[in-house]
Amino acid sequence: MATDTTAASMAMNEMKVSPAATYIEYCKKGQLAYQVSLDDNQPFFYPRVAAPKTGSRNLEWRVSKGLGTVYATTTTTDVKKGNPDYNVVLIDIDEGFRMMSRVEDISSTEVKVGMRVKMRMHPGDDKNPPYPVFIPADAKSGAAK
Amino acid sequence: MSAQGLKRGSVAIVGAAEADLGQVVPETTPVDLMAQATLRALDDAGLKLSDVDGVFAAASQLSMASVDVCEYLGLQPKYQDSTRIGGSAFMSLLSHAHLALQSGLCSVAMITYGSTQRIMTRAAASPREWNQYETPYRMRSPVGAYALAASRHMAQYGTTRDQIAEVAVSARQWALLNPRAWEKDPLTIEDVKNARPVSTPFTVRDCCLVNDGGGAIIVTTAERAKSLKKPPVYVLGSGECMSHRNITSMADLTVTGAAVSGPQAFKAAGLKSSDVNVLGLYDAFTINPILFLEDLGFCPKGEGGRFVEGGRIAPGGELAVNTSGGGLSYCHPGMYGLMILIEQVRQVRGEAGKRQVKDCNVALAHGNGGVLSTQCTAILGSAATV
Repeated sequence: MATDTTAASMAMNEMKVSPAATYIEYCKKGQLAYQVSLDDNQPFFYPRVAAPKTGSRNLEWRVSKGLGTVYATTTTTDVKKGNPDYNVVLIDIDEGFRMMSRVEDISSTEVKVGMRVKMRMHPGDDKNPPYPVFIPADAKSGAAK
Repeated sequence: MSAQGLKRGSVAIVGAAEADLGQVVPETTPVDLMAQATLRALDDAGLKLSDVDGVFAAASQLSMASVDVCEYLGLQPKYQDSTRIGGSAFMSLLSHAHLALQSGLCSVAMITYGSTQRIMTRAAASPREWNQYETPYRMRSPVGAYALAASRHMAQYGTTRDQIAEVAVSARQWALLNPRAWEKDPLTIEDVKNARPVSTPFTVRDCCLVNDGGGAIIVTTAERAKSLKKPPVYVLGSGECMSHRNITSMADLTVTGAAVSGPQAFKAAGLKSSDVNVLGLYDAFTINPILFLEDLGFCPKGEGGRFVEGGRIAPGGELAVNTSGGGLSYCHPGMYGLMILIEQVRQVRGEAGKRQVKDCNVALAHGNGGVLSTQCTAILGSAATV
C-alpha cells in the first residue's frame, strides 16, 4: 500500500481548521465571530492565524452581539442591466472592529453614515456560504443573537 | 522603502515617452507597448538600448514584467525589479532605481509600463482576487472602495457632490489643451452628476478612463545626465506608505498614506508645498485629488472639496493639478502612475505646449495603488533646484 501522503502531511501541520473555515462555521450557526488577542485584549477582524502588529497567537474567538454603526456607504448599480441597486457599507461593530457588509430591508439610499444597525445572517447562495448582513437596529424582525 | 539614504538630486530623469495610447490595434501586447515606449524614451534621451543596464517594470497583465520586457528587447541587465503595488508602483520603482543608480548597481535605468486593458477588457486584464470577508458583498472594485471614502468625506466634512464633480470638470479642461488626451469634448458639473450611475456618489464621469497605453522613462546619474540631449529632471525626494490592502482595513477613509509619503518626500527634497509649481495626483476617481491635496499639505484636512471649487485646479486656476487631463480625461491604462511622471517631466522641461505651467521648476508626482492602499510621492526639479 502506498502511504497516504496528503493525510500524513496534514497530520504534521499545526493548523487543523483555517481562520476562514472557523468564521464560516460560526456563520452557519447564525453567529458573527471575531478574534481577540488575549495578550492585550485587542479585537481584530478579519480572522487570522496571529494578531496584527503583535503577532500574538494567544487568540480567542468571540461572538459579536451584532450591533454596529454605519461608517461609510455606497449605493451600487448592478453590472447586469435591470438588476436592482444594492448597497455596500463599512460597519463599525460595537466590540471594536470594522467589517464590510450590506444593509437590507430599507432602500439603499436610506442607509446613512452614523445609522445604527444589527446583524442578520444571510443564508448564502450558490457562490457563498452564509454571511452576515445588517438591518436597521430599530427594525422589529431579525434580532441579533 | 523610505526616502532615507537617497541623495537629493543624485539621479535625473533624462528620457520620457508615451507608448501608443487610448485604444491600440488588435493583438497588441503589453510588452509591445513597453518596448515601443522604451525606444522612444531612449531617443528622447539620446541614448541607445545597449546603454540600459537597469530594468524596472510593472504591469497589471504581467506577473514578471521586467523579465518579459528584457526577453522582448534582448536585454541582460545588471539589475532588474518588477515591484507590483498597483498604480503607484512607478514612483516606488523610481526610488528603487534611485538607490540602484546611487549604489552603482546600474548606470542607466529604464522604467516602463504597458497595458492593453481596453482591447482585452478590464475584467480580463485585472482579474478579481477572492476575499471571504468582502467578495460576498459584491462591491464593484475598485470604484466601490473609493465611493465609500467619498461618502465618509461628505458625511464627516460636508464635502458636496458639486465639489467632487468639479475635479472631473477641471481635468477635462486640462485635457482639452492636450492633443494626446482621449476626451475631446467639454464637460460640466451637471454632465458629471447626470452621467450613468456606478456607485454613489460616483457616476461614470467620476471614474478614470479604461484605456490601452503605456510609457517609459530613462533615469541615470546626475553626472551622466548633464551631457545628454534634454535638460535633466532631477529626483529631489520621494516617500512611500502602504497602509492597507483591502478597504475594510483602512483605518480612516478620509486620511490616506499620502499624509506619510508626502512629508517624507518634502523632507528629502528640502521643500514645502508652496514650492511646488505643478502637481500630478493620481485621479483614479474624483475623490482622490481632494484627499491628496489635503494629505500632501495643500489645504487643511476636510477642506479639499471647498479648495477645488471655482476652478482653482483648472487651467488658469491658482494651482495646476493634473495638467495632462489626468486619468479622468487624458489616459488611464490601468496603472497610471508612470503617465504622471512623464507629464511632470514635460512640465519641468517646458515641453507641455498649451498646458505648460509658467516658470515650472518643481513638480510633484503622487501615485496611488489598490484601494487607496499604496501611496508614493516623488518630487522632481529642474537644474535650478539642485
